[in-house]
Amino acid sequence: MLNVGKIEEGFVLDHIKAGKSLSIYHHLQLDKLDCTVAIIKNARSNKMGKKDILKVECDINMLDLDVLAFIDHNITVNVIKDGEIVSKKELVLPKEIKNVIKCKNPRCITSIEQELPHIFVLADEEKEIYRCKYCEEKCREHL
Amino acid sequence: MRHLMNPLDFSVEELDRLFDLANDIEKNMGKYAHACEGKKLATCFYEPSTRTRLSFESAMLNLGGSVIGFSDANSSSASKGESVSDTIRVISCFADICAMRHPKEGAPMVAASRSSIPVINAGDGGHQHPTQTLTDLLTIRSLKGRLNNFTIGLCGDLKFGRTVHSLINALVRYEGIKFIFISPEELKVPDYITDMLKEKNIPYEEVIRLEDTMPELDLLYMTRVQRERFFNEEDYVRLKDFYILDKAKMELAKPDMMVLHPLPRVNEISVEVDDDPRAAYFKQVQYGVYVRMALILTLLETDTDSLT
Repeated sequence: MLNVGKIEEGFVLDHIKAGKSLSIYHHLQLDKLDCTVAIIKNARSNKMGKKDILKVECDINMLDLDVLAFIDHNITVNVIKDGEIVSKKELVLPKEIKNVIKCKNPRCITSIEQELPHIFVLADEEKEIYRCKYCEEKCREHL
Repeated sequence: MRHLMNPLDFSVEELDRLFDLANDIEKNMGKYAHACEGKKLATCFYEPSTRTRLSFESAMLNLGGSVIGFSDANSSSASKGESVSDTIRVISCFADICAMRHPKEGAPMVAASRSSIPVINAGDGGHQHPTQTLTDLLTIRSLKGRLNNFTIGLCGDLKFGRTVHSLINALVRYEGIKFIFISPEELKVPDYITDMLKEKNIPYEEVIRLEDTMPELDLLYMTRVQRERFFNEEDYVRLKDFYILDKAKMELAKPDMMVLHPLPRVNEISVEVDDDPRAAYFKQVQYGVYVRMALILTLLETDTDSLT
């Protein structure tokens, strides 16, 4: 059993689907933060069998919860202060996400105008369907 | 300042006012002959569409305004690599209102977000074609006297046919509409449309044979299978003559059924149907001019009450 120590201040992302932690690391742009990050893969979980965990020692405000919610809103976000969990953040599907995924429709204006932001809008909250703001193509990309 | 990107940009009440104005224009063309004097319409057409462009130009000229523009991307700065955002900022300095057609979906929306003049989406790829929808609605309202309680068959290319998508989005706001989608398997209506109909509990059927459904229809909206929407020529050739509406099929229809088509037609409506009083597709073209006149007046916020 591998042990990774406590963090003093930051956040712990728990219940990440096994194998997804690197993708989340990338999309949260954690590589650009000058802080300690622990990526734990395939940890044993009673609930999930296997899961990934991310521990990040930084200011909680630096985390883009919208991106995280878009990737998987079932992830548990534990906020850590003085080495203890002080709160859990609930992830809500964002109404709009910008420059997280790209529209794959070859007929979309974003396919030829490179400077345009790739914006997806939550079209159906129940079915978690996002559509391109410009061409309304359904998002088929899974992060 | 308002733009028109999607038929849903106007509420049902606003559409009623627009159609009332269009009907008044139809009856009193002279009253509106100078309504847009001194105003310029820019027609920015990044792909050829003589019909829609001429309809817009005719509408503006009927209102006493002038027209500038280009009719394909090669004669615009797009061929030099200029973005839509930059083009519209430039056009905003030249004209008072812009009608834009673009092969890429969402391009007019990008233009509207950067524009200081009203932008009308004159068709963006396979996405939306709201002024065709306004034309269709005005035609139905003027000839049938209502926009509710009917069964409409939409036939042909329902996958790429933007006129169909726009029309469905507009009609779902009226009571008692039933849709019958008539298409080959490969050209079925996209799932986001059927998802939306299910969610709103609006009845629809998807069928392949036109003959079977003819007796049920109050309206039949025919569409052309468009070569430019296909990446593969082989698929186009296989599907282009899948439906042909002829006299024999018209005999199966109700006596007051009405046939619409956004035009141009190729083979999907036989010329023998043209003389049938139920064929409304050429009247539809005329209503297209009236509704574009009403739209230009509305977006330019012209005081039509003071016209005599």
